[in-house]
Amino acid sequence: MNTPLRRLSLVVVTMFLVLMVGTSWVQFVQADSLNNDSRNVRTLYREFGNPRGPIIVAGTPIAWSEPVDDAFGYQRIYAPGALYSSVTGFYSIVNGRTGIESAENDVLTGSSDSLFLSRVQDLITGKQPQGSSVELTLNPAAQQAAWDALGDQVGAVVALDPSTGAVLALVSTPGFDPNSLATHDIAAARTAYSDLNAAPNDPLVDKALKGKTYPPGSTFKLVTAAAALESGQYSADSLIDAPDELALPQTSATLRNYGGASCGSGGQTTLSDAIRVSCNTAFGKLGMDVGADAIRDQAKKFGFDESLSIPMSVTKSYFPPNEDLDPAKLAKSAIGQQDVRVTPMQMAMISAGIANGGEVMTPYTVATVRTADLDVISQTKPSVFRRAISAQTASALTDMMVSVVDSGTGTSAKIPGVRVAGKTGTAETTSDQSPHAWFTGFAPADDPKVAVAVIVEHGGSTGNEATGGKVAAPIAKAVMQAVLGS
Amino acid sequence: MATVQPHRVRPGRGIELGLLALALAIGIAAYALVGIGVTGEVPADVVGYGVGMTVLGLGLHAVLRWRAPYADPVIMPAVVALNGIGLAMIYRLDLAEDASFATRQLGWTAVSVVLAGAVIVLLRDHRTLRRYTYTAMIAGLVLVVLPLVPGLGAQINGANIWIRLGPFSLQPAELGKIALAVFFAGYLVTNRDTLALAGPKVLGLQLPRIRDLGPIIIAWAASLAVLVSERDLGTSLLFFGLFVAMLYVATERLSWVLIGLSMFVVGAGVAASAFPHVGARFDVWLHALDHDIFNRSPGGSGQLVRGLFGLASGGLFGTGWGAGRPDLVPYAESDFIFASLGEELGLTGVLAILLVYLVLAERGMRTAIGVRDGFGKLLAGGLAFVVAFQCFVVVGGITRIIPLTGLTTPFLAYGGSSLLANWIIVALLLRISDDARRPPGVVQGHVAATPPHGSPAPVQIVGSAGGPARPSRSAREAEAPQASDTRPTERIDEMRGDDA
Repeated sequence: MNTPLRRLSLVVVTMFLVLMVGTSWVQFVQADSLNNDSRNVRTLYREFGNPRGPIIVAGTPIAWSEPVDDAFGYQRIYAPGALYSSVTGFYSIVNGRTGIESAENDVLTGSSDSLFLSRVQDLITGKQPQGSSVELTLNPAAQQAAWDALGDQVGAVVALDPSTGAVLALVSTPGFDPNSLATHDIAAARTAYSDLNAAPNDPLVDKALKGKTYPPGSTFKLVTAAAALESGQYSADSLIDAPDELALPQTSATLRNYGGASCGSGGQTTLSDAIRVSCNTAFGKLGMDVGADAIRDQAKKFGFDESLSIPMSVTKSYFPPNEDLDPAKLAKSAIGQQDVRVTPMQMAMISAGIANGGEVMTPYTVATVRTADLDVISQTKPSVFRRAISAQTASALTDMMVSVVDSGTGTSAKIPGVRVAGKTGTAETTSDQSPHAWFTGFAPADDPKVAVAVIVEHGGSTGNEATGGKVAAPIAKAVMQAVLGS
Repeated sequence: MATVQPHRVRPGRGIELGLLALALAIGIAAYALVGIGVTGEVPADVVGYGVGMTVLGLGLHAVLRWRAPYADPVIMPAVVALNGIGLAMIYRLDLAEDASFATRQLGWTAVSVVLAGAVIVLLRDHRTLRRYTYTAMIAGLVLVVLPLVPGLGAQINGANIWIRLGPFSLQPAELGKIALAVFFAGYLVTNRDTLALAGPKVLGLQLPRIRDLGPIIIAWAASLAVLVSERDLGTSLLFFGLFVAMLYVATERLSWVLIGLSMFVVGAGVAASAFPHVGARFDVWLHALDHDIFNRSPGGSGQLVRGLFGLASGGLFGTGWGAGRPDLVPYAESDFIFASLGEELGLTGVLAILLVYLVLAERGMRTAIGVRDGFGKLLAGGLAFVVAFQCFVVVGGITRIIPLTGLTTPFLAYGGSSLLANWIIVALLLRISDDARRPPGVVQGHVAATPPHGSPAPVQIVGSAGGPARPSRSAREAEAPQASDTRPTERIDEMRGDDA
């Protein structure tokens, strides 16, 4: 019986070889794909098991991880609830992550390449690895002012420091409470997410940066005016045609001013005055005269058609290509209607560019990243995004925008003792809905500290009677005041 | 036949003591590391635990010195190491799940080691067991069907393989496998020639006669009955594998193995299509990662896939004791302890564990080859194989080599019946290895005084051996050590082929 016993021994050896190969297959060959399987909660547990770095605004954490006695180890907490939701986003077991939580995940968890050395140190000293803290550029007063001023209205506010590009306020309403999504009660987190997803006015969509883009309405006249000034054929005092009704070529339709009013006398007005009273017919005509190429080029110089990450991604703003623009459409596009679409961030960048002498700075929200030991890992250096217009053009536009607030459509943005520059917009949407109310501007006009863009969807609480001047300008004023007061 | 070289056989007790120290060190260090990994400090009871395990190990070592001085020196330390690693992992999962399995497992370890010692003390000669061939058969069958007795059986996790006695739950099939191994060994050593030599030859395969197929058909039917009535694919596979392996060792006929395997495959295939719970296991095996099957309840692949996730997160070197999340896998301390170990010890750790098993199984096989009586060969071979095969079925199931079944990993997994049964197997192997390694002329105590003639004399059966004698057989059997002058019975056993 020894021969079969020897063979049986070989069978036993073979069985174990098969087991060893099988185990190696799972633990070595398949390990990566299994570790990355979306149903594998271990990756998430590992992340949750380490203290995630805080998100800090003006020295105060607005999001941090607190040790809790459950399977995950740490609970993410968002202190001011919904106030910063459009910036922080959320970090959830079941719903993933958004906003800064997503964009800066690597440094918050401490797994970023830039933290390699500190990880090695932790390994040697046996210290538990900790995530880095992310300090934002936000100005808490401006953020709070924007949030309060928007109130129950649906819309967004973006405030920038024109000289650096630092984002001072970023609000999208309605907001949401990230705590409800970050809860470790999985059923509750799921319910909260599906409720928010189904809620009216898309609270989960960051209206300041992405998702839908808006027709800019009259605020776009700044771009058209810039294109005209840059062409060298116009100055602030150039007289341009401003009929009561502009006949649109190749159609039977006409373009009229807001409320059917006439601007200027004798069918002509200066460029400066056309901005001040937001004259549609004048800019329709100017658009057709300057041409689609010049306007599009100018728009691109301000950042249209380009995606940004601040580090959250910003949707591209859009000006239609030539083949979509007959003269009638071009006229409408020149006043920010037709198919022109912008994000509030883009609008803020236009004002910031004008405020900064024509140089648009790259917007950013993360000021500094520090390790748990407060060592600075990275600090954002302001960088020039693009020179959009000459200093001369910028100065001319600034004067025009000051007149808008002084004696034009934007008087409700006036701040006592401060020269404020601005431009209103009332963007028609569909015939059955009230127009969007826009305001963009900066202050102080001679030494700009803050540039701002505000949109209130469908006129907000004012509804059909809404104009940018009535609805959006006061909100912009509140934000600018908050920045200047601090 | 090789010339018998007179050489000094080393009993190996010194080696055993050294290996035992190593095995105890591994187990106790693992226990301490679990505490450090989970709570950051050495567990307070590590001294008590260490002393307990050391006393048990040294106790068994002393019993071996006393009653089985020539027993294989590697077997016991290997088992102590596995038992210790298992205990550490169960303790680790206790800490994660706030359970107290480890204390109970430690209790079962003590009972098992004491019982193993008792087996070695009381069973002076393994051939005594041959007297109880048919008793063992009845005991084995009773143990297997016990869970079906109303009021006694308990369904746990969908399988009817448990009985409940007061506060204890037992898996009688674990003990049943020992009884059946004894029965198979006794039955086969008596009937091997009939099974081996009679019957037509087709395509180079010696086919058995139809009437000789009786026992294998009974074993096949019993396995399928277990599969169907107790919903236990693992136990049925285990019994059938044991039977086929022992049949092959007894008869050297590959045809038996092929017939056995094909019958099992056909039976399992029919069962898979006829019974949904068996079919579900196949789905889970083949399409484990499919979304629908992962989420199916009951009978989804969630447990299996979570085990794979655990293994994958362990990677090559593991997370370290206490640093992984093996508690995310259902039944992490019993059915899936291999995945738990894979997560925290990594591929290197589980390969080492598999090697310890392999060494254990091969030492058992070596014992079977070394021992001089046919019954001992079959019993040792069968028991060694059943331990190895059980590992294969469990680990193969967890790593998706074969469909997942509900067996426990010997010595590692939580479970009293399994631990007890496997320690008894170890005791039997130690007992037989003592016989196998004892040099001729050394006679132990009463064994010489009580010649094994007392057992049912195989001589009577010689006449029933049919078929022609094959000259090659004697040449092959001659490999067996022939220095068995003191053992007339075994000599006849081995020479039977020639006598016929």
